[in-house]
Amino acid sequence: METVQENKLPSDIVEFIEECTKQEHSESYLIAILHRIQNQFGWLSVDHMNEVAQRLQVPSATVSGVATFYHFFRLKPRGQNAVSVCLGTACFVKGADRVLSAFESELGIQLGETTQDGLFSIEVSRCIGVCALAPIVTINDKTYSQVTPKQVPELIRAFAEKG
Amino acid sequence: MKNVELIIDNTTVNVPEGTTIMTAAETLGIKIPRLCYHPDLSLEGACRVCIVEVEGVENFLPSCATAVREGMKIKTNSPQIREARRDLVELILDNHPKECQTCERDGNCELQNLAYAMGVRERLFEGKRKSHPVECSSTSVIRDANKCILCRRCVRVCSEVQGIHNLSQLHRGFDTVVAPAHEGPMADSVCIACGQCINVCPVAAFMEKNSTDEVWAALADPKKHVVVQIAPSIRATIGEGFGMPVGTAATGQTVTALRRLGFDQIFDTNFGADLTIVEEANEFLMRVEKGAKLPMLSSCSPGWIKFMEHFYPDMIPNASTCKSPMSMLSSLIKTYYAEKAGIDPNDIYVVGIMPCVAKKFEMQRPEHMMDNGVFYTDAVLTTRELIWMVKAYGIDFANLPEDDFDGPLGFSSGAADIFGTTGGVMEAALRTAVETLTGETLETIDFEVVRGVTGIKEASLEVDGKTINIAVSNGLNNAKILLDRVISGEKDYHLIELMACPGGCVGGGGQPYPPEGYHVLDPEVLKLRAGALYDIDKAKTVRCSHQNPYIQRLYKEYLGRVGGEKSHELLHTTYEAREPRGIK
Repeated sequence: METVQENKLPSDIVEFIEECTKQEHSESYLIAILHRIQNQFGWLSVDHMNEVAQRLQVPSATVSGVATFYHFFRLKPRGQNAVSVCLGTACFVKGADRVLSAFESELGIQLGETTQDGLFSIEVSRCIGVCALAPIVTINDKTYSQVTPKQVPELIRAFAEKG
Repeated sequence: MKNVELIIDNTTVNVPEGTTIMTAAETLGIKIPRLCYHPDLSLEGACRVCIVEVEGVENFLPSCATAVREGMKIKTNSPQIREARRDLVELILDNHPKECQTCERDGNCELQNLAYAMGVRERLFEGKRKSHPVECSSTSVIRDANKCILCRRCVRVCSEVQGIHNLSQLHRGFDTVVAPAHEGPMADSVCIACGQCINVCPVAAFMEKNSTDEVWAALADPKKHVVVQIAPSIRATIGEGFGMPVGTAATGQTVTALRRLGFDQIFDTNFGADLTIVEEANEFLMRVEKGAKLPMLSSCSPGWIKFMEHFYPDMIPNASTCKSPMSMLSSLIKTYYAEKAGIDPNDIYVVGIMPCVAKKFEMQRPEHMMDNGVFYTDAVLTTRELIWMVKAYGIDFANLPEDDFDGPLGFSSGAADIFGTTGGVMEAALRTAVETLTGETLETIDFEVVRGVTGIKEASLEVDGKTINIAVSNGLNNAKILLDRVISGEKDYHLIELMACPGGCVGGGGQPYPPEGYHVLDPEVLKLRAGALYDIDKAKTVRCSHQNPYIQRLYKEYLGRVGGEKSHELLHTTYEAREPRGIK
């Protein structure tokens, strides 16, 4: 499994937080700090959030409140392969909800969850701007167009084999 | 400041600029219905129950959060406003369990009262209802998010008054929930168990962990010798539960009620308070003499102690090692009293009636355990829990005859009574410390400088040619201020009394919900309750702890020297730094 859960924040993020604490209204840098962590780790772990709270001297409950308020922040580790089904209007009318259901039943997990082996996670996006090719699914950085529920097992197999 | 003239319900009123509509209406005797509003906390404007109509404004405005303007014309009542308010309350009820009859706050719930006042007589809305597990990990505070109406009073009191910041609103929209960080268990949080969230909660989303079942069972067990002790502040607050005016002392009735409930011995935590003072004053004088760590910090309030362990662990060496009055008395009940009465300590069941939910935490600290793994205190009931037991038993409290505590652990000086209010422990300690230091009897033993319910009090006293700087705080945000002054070196205190709750124990997290006409944490209520304690003190002939003849006898017969080996074994304790560390 590649998504190793590091308990401690890496030195570059620690340095960034230290810079933030020197600024006026240092607590307002909280969201920027959480973004950096998510960029590096793919999600926000409890240990990381608690460390941010201590270093920035912002209550853990506040950090937790901010992290759970914004949909963008992920509180569970992402799978090695991040499946994202677009649920924008065009994709939706072209049957994206059925594609999403197919991924859920094929992988045995719900939206927002990660498979036990850490290989796949499912999330949704809201329009990535290629509506002509709806419904759209992205897996990691690859885009798949006009996806049907029938294609889902094959897509999963391809990525599972890559490991 | 400029004044503003406006018209509320056809009456002209003149109020200072910046006044809210709600406050302006109050000057006319109009109490606009409200729910999330609390006068001592920041404005929230979450519930919208206090809406009014302002001429020329299309929508109703929340009166708690709208400042008056010159020439405003306001209506606080109309069929439309009443209907809107009723709908708002109905919508809150729609996402609230229909469990009023089995809820612990049945009869004193603000939402229930409001629904009645707004005329909600049928439930027209039937929508999705939230579902959360009830969180019972804490020794003291139960969190039931199903009942929560998201008024955020608990979040505000925890941050603004107590400085703990343990609670926050997590998630958003329908999924919003008030909880500690990461929705973790209260037991693993920085919660200091003060119970102020319980006090300010309008419903039963926060409640104390109820211990009445255990106490009923012990009372019914013929093999158990059930001993009860009541904290100093209880006598000044319990009457409120039975319709007595705020500030009525009901010591004698409380003893009678406890006897009727079947307690075998009724002792007074006050005796423990006198003992605390004798030990603590001695500890203080020894520290001064030996040049040990100063300022010395008081140690009676378990909420404050847990706060220190999470937020200021570096101050642990400054804290007095004295156990709290409750824990001192419990230790004596299972040793001194057990020996004297010839009862096996294992057959004794000790119940503490406390103003405090943090006492439920304190009693279970491993430091307060006997060698055989049993705690010195077996159960702690809050004032509210005792009131309920008395009512459940069918005792007409207000009309009870008075009775006296049992000896020898039931006699106390006036210094012990005032332990129940902020400044009381300091005053009691000064009475003993000053007399000990000077070797003379004090002319006046009233230390007015430490009285009153203000958050921080400071004074310097000249004693025996020395200056003693003292400070007193209540509410933990004020404790932070004092401790930060000590740490920065700004102030050179010798002795500090700290109590977790606003007003001290009279404002404790286990005290009765205030009666009609008052609000929770109302300084007026705190003053009246404290006044009852000062009156009891004044009426006593023995008013200094070291003059309590039974304390003197206890040392002679059992403990030996003040601060001696036996005292240290039974009456002193230790503290430890706790995780998670709090954010100052």
